[in-house]
Amino acid sequence: MRHERDFSPYIRLEGEIAHMDFMVEGVHCAGCMSKIEKGLGALEGVSAARLNLGTKRLGVDWHKGALGPKEIMEKVESLGFKAHPFLPEKLKSAEKAELASLLRALAVAGFGMMNVMLFSVSVWFGHDIGHETRELFHWISALIALPCGLYAAMPFFKSAARALSKRTTNMDVPISIGITLTIGLSLYETATGGHHAYFESALMLMFFLLTGRVLDQMMRARARDFAVNVASLRPQMARVMLDGGVSVETPVSALETGQKILLMNGDGLAVDGRVLEGAGEVDVSLLTGESALLKVGAGDTLQAGTLNMGANLVLEVIRVTDTSVDKAAELMERALASKSTVMAMADRAAKIYAPVVHLAALLTFIGWMMLGAGTHTSLVIAISVLIITCPCALGLAIPAVQVVAGGRLFSDRIILNRGEAIERLAEVDTVVFDKTGTLTLAEPSLINADELPPHIIALAASMGRASRHPLAIAVAGAMPQAPIMAGAREFPGEGVEAVYEGETLRLGSAAFSGAKALHDKLLESHPDASFIYFKKGEEVYPLILSQRLRPDARQVVAGLNARGYRLIILSGDQWGATEKAAITLGIEEFQGAMLPHEKIAFIKDMEARGHKVLMVGDGLNDAPALAAAHVSLSPVTAAELAQNAADAVFLGAELAPVLKAIEACKKAHRLMRENLWLAVIYNIIAVPIAILGYVTPLVAAAAMSISSILVTLNALRARKGA
Amino acid sequence: MTMLIYLIPIALFLGGLGLFGFMWALKSGQYNDLEGDAWRAIMDDEEDKDN
Repeated sequence: MRHERDFSPYIRLEGEIAHMDFMVEGVHCAGCMSKIEKGLGALEGVSAARLNLGTKRLGVDWHKGALGPKEIMEKVESLGFKAHPFLPEKLKSAEKAELASLLRALAVAGFGMMNVMLFSVSVWFGHDIGHETRELFHWISALIALPCGLYAAMPFFKSAARALSKRTTNMDVPISIGITLTIGLSLYETATGGHHAYFESALMLMFFLLTGRVLDQMMRARARDFAVNVASLRPQMARVMLDGGVSVETPVSALETGQKILLMNGDGLAVDGRVLEGAGEVDVSLLTGESALLKVGAGDTLQAGTLNMGANLVLEVIRVTDTSVDKAAELMERALASKSTVMAMADRAAKIYAPVVHLAALLTFIGWMMLGAGTHTSLVIAISVLIITCPCALGLAIPAVQVVAGGRLFSDRIILNRGEAIERLAEVDTVVFDKTGTLTLAEPSLINADELPPHIIALAASMGRASRHPLAIAVAGAMPQAPIMAGAREFPGEGVEAVYEGETLRLGSAAFSGAKALHDKLLESHPDASFIYFKKGEEVYPLILSQRLRPDARQVVAGLNARGYRLIILSGDQWGATEKAAITLGIEEFQGAMLPHEKIAFIKDMEARGHKVLMVGDGLNDAPALAAAHVSLSPVTAAELAQNAADAVFLGAELAPVLKAIEACKKAHRLMRENLWLAVIYNIIAVPIAILGYVTPLVAAAAMSISSILVTLNALRARKGA
Repeated sequence: MTMLIYLIPIALFLGGLGLFGFMWALKSGQYNDLEGDAWRAIMDDEEDKDN
């Protein structure tokens, strides 16, 4: 069903030149980049076209009026790619500033470290360096190290200050103390003509730690870019109602107050609105936390975030809230911020660790003082202990992998709703598939259209437009220009009912439309088709639909079988169709004609017997089943309700994302374990050695920062492989 | 040894130049699209483009 798209919210005007950004699918190499840029540059009216190969985003400038986004998108398609309108998110500036400031600190730390090293190496290895020369070199080192160190330490000081102001400690507190003590001690030594200064240790510490942070930020920025790109493929759209019952899909950001919008069953409301027509029930748990459904009718006001659980509603827009644009970037932040069990453990460990680090350093200092080592030596050893016990590696172990894995999933067109889904996907041993819309493409087609009178098709199509069920959508597709049936009420899993010109119309399953006998007869002649029945008054008409399996479904099933997963199809569709699909795909276990509560019971039973189930489903009647499974995936064609219930959503017409998601998460899970071991072993070895006094601040700085870089680099392995 | 009086400031100055260079490159957005810019440098221009 093609709806009109309104692009004006995406276009930015600067005088006579219009600018718009697109996200382009299918770009893999430099050849693609030059093809697109040259192809667009050749269009009349286009003044500039530049594709960012890293983020796959295209920026086009053109003379206002010469052409429009539609022509640009068509040109890109003719070149073999697909362009999607894209709104550069406002959130980006804060993140970009963070990365830029880290890079600047890194550059200054690097400059300082290397120049101070110049002098330090001379001091260490100069055989007969004179007392004055050494003092001179120390002073010059101080001159370089102080401004550089102060600038480069800012990220740590700021973070530590923030934590302390909230009366808690994070890992930057011991680091800040370590840096300050090291530089302070070195200054003292320089001023009193001592033999050892440790400026290079402090700078080296900062340099390597900042390297780790920069890597981490870059990975986050990359994952965020992917997430935003992918989320722009399913833009937040609203159905604006025009006169005559026709609905137009418009991006949410273009809505204006006073417009009439249609909120279908399963849709989420993106703006504040007042109900004009329709009555039913809504879920406001996202706003109030109340899980009980709220009854609404004409005149009631609903807020953005409300989910429609009942009949379709027509609303008047009262207030457009700032949603869609920032939502895309928020998606990833939210997903990655949610804590998994292992992460929560690491978090707690890191929390008590900081005080433990301080305590260890303090005790070491006191211990050595009591052994008679003198203030200088004791302080140096204590500083080494402080630096080397810092749990940076432990704190990075899991988030680093989550970010990289999240980025990989996003680039495979899988949108994570929850970060902990990564772990749960790794633990799966059984995969349960829904059939319609999941194993098959969401659009089946009507095959007996020529046997039915046109006005019946028109009415059925009209009814079909009021439902989200894939079969209903297919019926609606039989006559795209049919307006939506007013006052239609959906019974999820069964059908749609409406009153038209005094007669009751029903579109739905055989049981819902009173067509059992007809159904049994048709089943014999069409064992593998799907049926939906249209009842007008007393007459019943069958609508026979055939579904196509997703193009790569067979390979994906074979892949899953080869990896030893138990596969099951649970379908609400009848047995014949389900069996045919199962045989074609090579799945041994399947059940047809399942009612929603039967699916839930089946999954709960499997879970109770200790299996970890991945449920892949899309329909309205799957949403509770999705929640009951250990982890769930939903295709993007599903209702918003199912999309929110699922742990992750995948885009596109292929089933491959299911296999890709499992492989990516298994690798990620393994890497998280590896990282935790790395961090723990490092600490177990390093801390005793430091306490016993065998470690200088320089070695401590190197060891600690290298351990956290190792953890970060290990996390990068999550980008590919299984 | 007195050479150091000249050499050290020179070394620091040159290092500083490098630092400023990096800051400027960062600010002017040269790190935004490393992949694309790398390929752009070696792509062939079409014959009809004026050089």
